[in-house]
Amino acid sequence: MDMNILMLGWELPPHNSGGLGVACYHMSKALALQGANIDFVVPYQAEHVGINFMTVHGATSISPDDRYKTGAYDIYKENKKDTNSLNSMRDVQRKYIQYVEKLVLSKRPDVVHCHDWLTMEAGVRAKELVGCPLVVHVHATEFDRSGSQSGNQLVHDIEYNGLMMADRIIAVSGITKSIIMDKYSIPESKIEVVHNAIDVNDLNDGYIYDTRTYKYLEALKKEGYTVVSTITRFTIQKGLFHFIKAASKAIEKYGKLVFLLAGDGEQRDELVKLASDLGISDKIFFTGFVRGKQWRDAYSVSDIFVMSSVSEPFGLTALEAAHHNNALIITRQSGVGEVLNNIFRYDFWQEDVLADQIIGIATSSALRKSLQKNVKDEYCRLSWLDVAKSCSRVYNLAAKGLTL
Amino acid sequence: MNKHGVVLYLHVHQPFRLRSYSVFDTAINHNYFDDEKNEQVFKKVADKSYRPMNNLLKRMLEKHPEFKLSLSITGTFLEQAAAWAPDVLDSFKKLVATGRVEIVAETYYHSLAFFYSRDEFERQVKMHQDKIREIFNVDTKVFRNTELSYNNELAKWADDYGFKGILAEGWDPVLEWRSPNCVYKPAGTKNISLLLKNYRLSDDVAFRFSDKNWVDWPLTAHKYNEWVNSSVSDQSIVNLFMDYETFGEHQWIDTGIFDFYEEFIGRWLDNPDNTFYTISDAIEAFEPVAEISMPSTVTWADMERDLSAWTGNSMQQEALRYIYAMEDDIMRTGDMALINEWRDMQTSDNFYYMCTKWFTDGDVHAYFSPYSSPYDAFLYYLNAVRDLRWRLHHDHHTGGLNG
Repeated sequence: MDMNILMLGWELPPHNSGGLGVACYHMSKALALQGANIDFVVPYQAEHVGINFMTVHGATSISPDDRYKTGAYDIYKENKKDTNSLNSMRDVQRKYIQYVEKLVLSKRPDVVHCHDWLTMEAGVRAKELVGCPLVVHVHATEFDRSGSQSGNQLVHDIEYNGLMMADRIIAVSGITKSIIMDKYSIPESKIEVVHNAIDVNDLNDGYIYDTRTYKYLEALKKEGYTVVSTITRFTIQKGLFHFIKAASKAIEKYGKLVFLLAGDGEQRDELVKLASDLGISDKIFFTGFVRGKQWRDAYSVSDIFVMSSVSEPFGLTALEAAHHNNALIITRQSGVGEVLNNIFRYDFWQEDVLADQIIGIATSSALRKSLQKNVKDEYCRLSWLDVAKSCSRVYNLAAKGLTL
Repeated sequence: MNKHGVVLYLHVHQPFRLRSYSVFDTAINHNYFDDEKNEQVFKKVADKSYRPMNNLLKRMLEKHPEFKLSLSITGTFLEQAAAWAPDVLDSFKKLVATGRVEIVAETYYHSLAFFYSRDEFERQVKMHQDKIREIFNVDTKVFRNTELSYNNELAKWADDYGFKGILAEGWDPVLEWRSPNCVYKPAGTKNISLLLKNYRLSDDVAFRFSDKNWVDWPLTAHKYNEWVNSSVSDQSIVNLFMDYETFGEHQWIDTGIFDFYEEFIGRWLDNPDNTFYTISDAIEAFEPVAEISMPSTVTWADMERDLSAWTGNSMQQEALRYIYAMEDDIMRTGDMALINEWRDMQTSDNFYYMCTKWFTDGDVHAYFSPYSSPYDAFLYYLNAVRDLRWRLHHDHHTGGLNG
């Protein structure tokens, strides 16, 4: 494959806030390995050490941190009068589109591959300007991000327009594909499911678990406690209220459980309060936002990893947890469950079921060990190379679709 | 006929604040307290309040032979003063040495132990008495509990313990038609007298003095003196109880608080029928006029006059439950460093920082705390509790880790 691909993204490691940047990075790397020439546009200026397999373009002058200060949802703060302003998400997006316009006029790509609503407008604009095929990759929709609430109408509109204008759509799971069909009335024939993968080599980087990081939890484990964890943003999408209520129910039946909630987010205070309302504060460990060693060690100290999401298009953290020998309990509303069999599943509202599964794993070492071992065999089979191959296939379909 | 007297009583306290003690410190780093911040706060308040106010009090004692007052000074304050501002401690000693400044007893750690462990409570009262004797060479005769919390049971305890007086809030729902400007006898006691805070006249100074939206702002010494005179006209005493830090810290020097108080003291004593009493003097001078019963706890705090700012939400209740549940295991170790740190964590300020009621009311400005939110305060506290458990378990082979 020697295609010129214009990737439109919002973040790349190490300047990422979540899984989107990680997925874009590995996907691009695998495509580059197959011979693709990639121009990757991000909305900020920063060094990307270790990315030499593609050209990274910074579309604006802001720093990676400033990009998040604007907040993903303050999009109504658009500064219509001052066109040079970069104070809101809409300002940054407008600059981003202008940059992409110039880029495609100077060098027409064979395909434009954009990731999520933040860059969909730029992708549509590129297609309008130079007529290249447009692939829209959906990692999450506004329906996922807003939980059970209705979400932001402007974001919905941008997503709808992007999906309509796309020549092909890549959804990260069957769950996401259903949302695209049901909520945006896009025909099934236009959508391809390509599950994310995990780069085991990336995780086998000489990391050795440091038992001192969570020394207290390690001591509890020696006392026979089971550590149940989740590593996530504390937002409505993640279903953590149900998780804590289930924790309380589990503790009532079986005391030797501790819960590690690693991460931070707008719901943190409410979650802390809920735990104390339920009288289980000392069983729940809030670490705050974790990175690097603390992040890796959180997986390592944990025995059971729960993905409690109300709506999770994929959920890479579950695969990372599996890599670190966790037994997995995943909601049926999480896409990652589609590629794994050796897991417990529950619907996000089923607190009793979750409590039961936690106690079951905690009280049976045979069950715990077999879940931990068997899921490890499964996730190893998921590779980014396969993701790249699927993308290439989609690019070809998109190009053909356009010529028809 | 005894003179009308002002009973001025000031409460002096600084807590040992916890640092941002995280999960990653637990079982690894056993230093819970923010030494740097505590020293910084103490030195700031020393400059703004303790030094200028003690200076003022010293001058007033020299100038007016009838001027007297009472102080309660917590053990945690005395430790901090000794470490970070010995001159402040010396200035308090000089005040007490005049014989006209009475020291009031309380829990050494400014704790809520009375409500959670009677044994620990008594130990802390004893510790405070010993400390006061050691530093000031005086015996305490009057008791006040943390945040002026009071109920019949406390009065009975203080009576049995041998105190001659006890302090409480003069709260209208309890007093009904009665006045706070008299000496009372607590219900069911034998030898102890009760003095009640005149909260209107106390809070005019402590809370309203610099409030420009208050109809009586600006409060002049002349006006205030008239109010106090008229309040006490056919009665014995007026009990002005407040935080010492009112002077210079809660009300800054530029509000004129120091000049105001100096002038008030002079004006009050200009009337030959007026004087000042220490609490013991007042008890000596006046027989109780009646019995007062307070079956439920009353404090001097907030509109509710209860402990809700310390024990009102589930986080505070959990934290209190955890800390007092450790008592037996902690005491058995005999490890004084561990015991003292456990006690520093009992200081009521720690629970106050977890109060959410102002967050709920939207009045976040009323949240007076070194932390960014009550949730942070709670998490730091909880991590420190776990570390105490760790030390019990690891160093003393006692107690379980319990999550």
